[in-house]
This record gives sequence, structure tokens and C-alpha cells, in this order.
Amino acid sequence: MTNQWDSTSEHLLRGLAPQVLGAVARRFRDFSSAEDAVQEAMIAAFTQWPQQGVPENPRGWLIQVASRRMTDQMRSEIARRERETAVAAETENLTSLLQVEADMDPDDTLILLFMCCHPALSPSSAIALTLRAVGGLTTAEIANAFLVPEATMAQRISRAKQTIKTSGVPFRLPSPHERAGRLPAVLHVLYLIFSEGYTSSVGSHLQRFDLACEAIRLTRNTKTLIPDNPEIAGLLALMLLTDARRAARTGRDEELIPLDKQDRTLWDRSEISEGIELLAAALSKGSVGLYQIQAAIAAVHDEAESVEDTDWPQILALYELLKRVAPSPMITLNLAIAAAMVHGPAKGLELLRALDRDPRIAGHYRLDAVRAHLFEKMGDYEAAIQHYRIAAARTTSMPERNYLLTQAARLAGD
Amino acid sequence: MKYILMMNTMKAGHDVPNWPKKDFQAHIGFMMSVNKELHGRGELVSAEGLSFPDQAKLVRAGKDGKPVTDGIFPESKEFLAGFWIIDVDSPQRAYEIAATVSAAPGPGGAPLNMPIEVRPVMSGPPPEML
Repeated sequence: MTNQWDSTSEHLLRGLAPQVLGAVARRFRDFSSAEDAVQEAMIAAFTQWPQQGVPENPRGWLIQVASRRMTDQMRSEIARRERETAVAAETENLTSLLQVEADMDPDDTLILLFMCCHPALSPSSAIALTLRAVGGLTTAEIANAFLVPEATMAQRISRAKQTIKTSGVPFRLPSPHERAGRLPAVLHVLYLIFSEGYTSSVGSHLQRFDLACEAIRLTRNTKTLIPDNPEIAGLLALMLLTDARRAARTGRDEELIPLDKQDRTLWDRSEISEGIELLAAALSKGSVGLYQIQAAIAAVHDEAESVEDTDWPQILALYELLKRVAPSPMITLNLAIAAAMVHGPAKGLELLRALDRDPRIAGHYRLDAVRAHLFEKMGDYEAAIQHYRIAAARTTSMPERNYLLTQAARLAGD
Repeated sequence: MKYILMMNTMKAGHDVPNWPKKDFQAHIGFMMSVNKELHGRGELVSAEGLSFPDQAKLVRAGKDGKPVTDGIFPESKEFLAGFWIIDVDSPQRAYEIAATVSAAPGPGGAPLNMPIEVRPVMSGPPPEML
């Protein structure tokens, strides 16, 4: 008995990946090999199910295929080692696949998420491993999203697993105390996946996996698993409230359209209302953090009919709050923009001067880009052109460079 | 972050390396091991060696839009011998890799200390800042 493969099947399949991996990893006590085996089972499912239909028990099917891979691999391993003791020990592991399914732990997805966002991993490794082990993406899809060869991505993932193995993390849910300490790292990885959806979008859009959507899906799952944490809800709200503007953000030739020039009728109303609802519920819990504040800023923008209509004093107040919660030069930079909208460009430029002495941002193109914008508002076009051009020379983003050079050219006159 | 590492070689005496076989093999072996290492770390996007300058032509469109070729240019001092595109976590890592390939062994096994030009590869749009 099978069911028709339809638009929801892919979603179903990806959602099963971490559950299957949890069961197989626990049973065979080898996360790294189990992860490879589940990847092979996923690829088999992606190849077979669209043609042959979705099996009656898709999870059982995946567990079976992955377990078979594991046992095949073990047999060859055992044959290689020719050790009788090992045979006795390992065959015991193969006894019951039904048992494997009974071993499922509802926390598996969460265990994997914490494991893949392990602090010992570099951000790029954590992202890749999370997308494969928790997101159920294939290596090819991940490689495609980051525009690197598949073999390179496979190596990055296997290295990440090696790092985890070396660090000796047990396959279990961290204690509530430990979880609280490590949650920010998990949220950061999810946030990075979301913003990667924007930054690496040069190249063929048709073939690329949508990382922003994937980040939203993973964050949604995380929120289901940890329902009471207001920062997870805040992060999901931030993603939705930002993603809502996606269609308005680029023009026909992929050129960047800044917030003040966007056609707001293109903004996704359902994402905005969902984001606002999530945010309101999170804020009512009274523990305000980094993501909730950023989501609140995004919400103020999304609710405004135009730039002029925007409640800039509120945005300024939110940036001041954000600066206290999580001070960084990038936040001061945004605060300067908000201050300029409330108190005039001179005030903004004054705040920017303090950043020139901060080595974390001095020389960063965004400092010049904001300065150019504020000089333009003041009517000092010569200084504005100069800073637009400096910013254009310093950015490593192609659409941004095109945007900045266009601004300089516009002011220089036709 | 993606970077391109461009290996520029002084042209004089390098058109076609005239090194002892052992040194030449050591050089090739070194380059292969660098690529293997970069691949193993999940950092290699691509690595290409380029033909010697006697294959190089400059092409411009003529008035009719058809190619007009020019060259070869024996007078130029340097040429691009090859390049790597890498995907790494920091600029420091890119410089580290560049220094490794710069010190590739040359005649007598002495490090060549070639100049390696490192430049970021442009990315897509940044995340929207508010």
C-alpha cells in the first residue's frame, strides 16, 4: 500500500529525517555513520517515492533502509577486522528493526539540533550539518545553496561530525541548565541559515534551495519543541517579518531596492500578521531578548504605510533598548539612522563619529554607506558622492556595490 | 566567505620550468597535497592551473563585433599561473592558505615565496538592515 506523492510529501519526508536519524543513531550508537545512512535513505526516498508512491509507513521505510545500510557497512567492517568478539557484539545490534522504531524519542529532533549547533563547530560547519541532519536536505541541495561543489560540502559535513565525535558529546538532550546556555548558539545558527538565504543568492535562482524558507521551517519546528521560550518565538517572528518584504526587495534586474523605495503592496500580509501575533505573545511573557527586539523593529516598519508614516521615535527607542541588551557597533550604526530620522541627519552623523574609533567597524562599507545617505539628506552632495563611492569600493556584495554606485551616479547628475 | 587566490609567476625563466626532475616532482606533489588538504577540509571550490603564456591571446571586438586577436606578449613581466577559489570562515584562513601555496618548493626544494593575490569573491545582497 502506498499513497500518492504530492506537494506535502517532500515536507513530510524532510520532517521525518531527524526522527529517523535519532532512532538509528541511538540503536547503533554511532551518530556519524547513522547520519550517512539516513542521508542515503533520504536520497533513496527522493528517488523512489515520487514514482512508486509514499509507503504506508514512511518512517518505518526510512528506518529500514537506513538500518540496512548500517548493517551492510558493519558486516564489511567486521569482515575486515575478522574479530569474532565484534561479530557477537554487533549482530546483537541488528536483531530487531521493530525495536528501533519503538526506541523513538520525541526529543530526538531537539537532541540533534543541539548537537549540530555545537559550539566547537565553525558557523559554516554547523549550518551544513544542521541542514542535512535536522533539515533532511541532501548534500547536493546544500552544496547548491552555498555554490560550492558537492564533494566539498560532503567533506565539510564529515569533518563537522568528526569534530563532534572528538568532543565526546553524548547522544542525549542537554540538561535544562545546559540547554539554556546553548540555546543562543542554536538560534544563531538558525538565524545565519536565514540570512544566508539572502547573501548567497547570486547565481541561478531556479536550482537553488530556498534557505530562508528552510530556516523558517526549522525555527517553526524548534518552537513546537520548545513552545514556551519567547526568544525562539521572537526569532521566528523576525524571520517572518523580514521575509514578508522579499518580493519588494529586488527589482527586475535583481537590483537592490532599499526599504524606503519598496512597493509596500508587494509585502506579504499573511507573514506580517503571523509575525506580529507571535511577537505579541512572546512579549507578553516578559523576558525580552535580542530577537524579540529586532522583530519589534521589523514590525514597526512592516506596519507603516510609508517611510514618512513610520514610527521612528519608537524605532529609536527599540534600538536604544537593543544597544543595552546586546551592544555592537552594527546596532549603533542602525541607531544613528533612526536618530537621524527623528532628530535630523546632523544628529546621525554625530553618532557615527564615535564609530570611527571602533576597530570592529571602522573601514566597514556600511559606515560609509550610512554616512553617504545622511550627507545626502543634509544636502551635502559632494560628501555624499564621496562616501557612496568609498562604500562601493569596500563592499563584497555585488548587488550592494551596484546600488551604491547608482546612488553616487544619481547625485553626480546626468 | 569565498576568496580567490591568484598565483602570479615571474615570467623570466618560468615560461617552461627548467628544474631538475626531482624538484619539479616535489613541486607538483606539494600542489596536489595542498588541493587534497583543502578538499578534505571542505574549503575547496575550485583550483585551476593555466596554460603557459605562449597560449595567451588578447581579444577585442572589432567594429563588426567579430573577435580581433592580438598577442602573444613576451614583454609582460608576470603572468597568472593558476588560481584557487576557496570558501573559508575568515580572511585570516584565506591568508594562511595563500602563505602555504606561496612557499611551494622550487629548484633545490627552496620555497618559491611567490606573490599570491588574495581577493574576496563578491557575494549576493546582504541581509536587509533596518
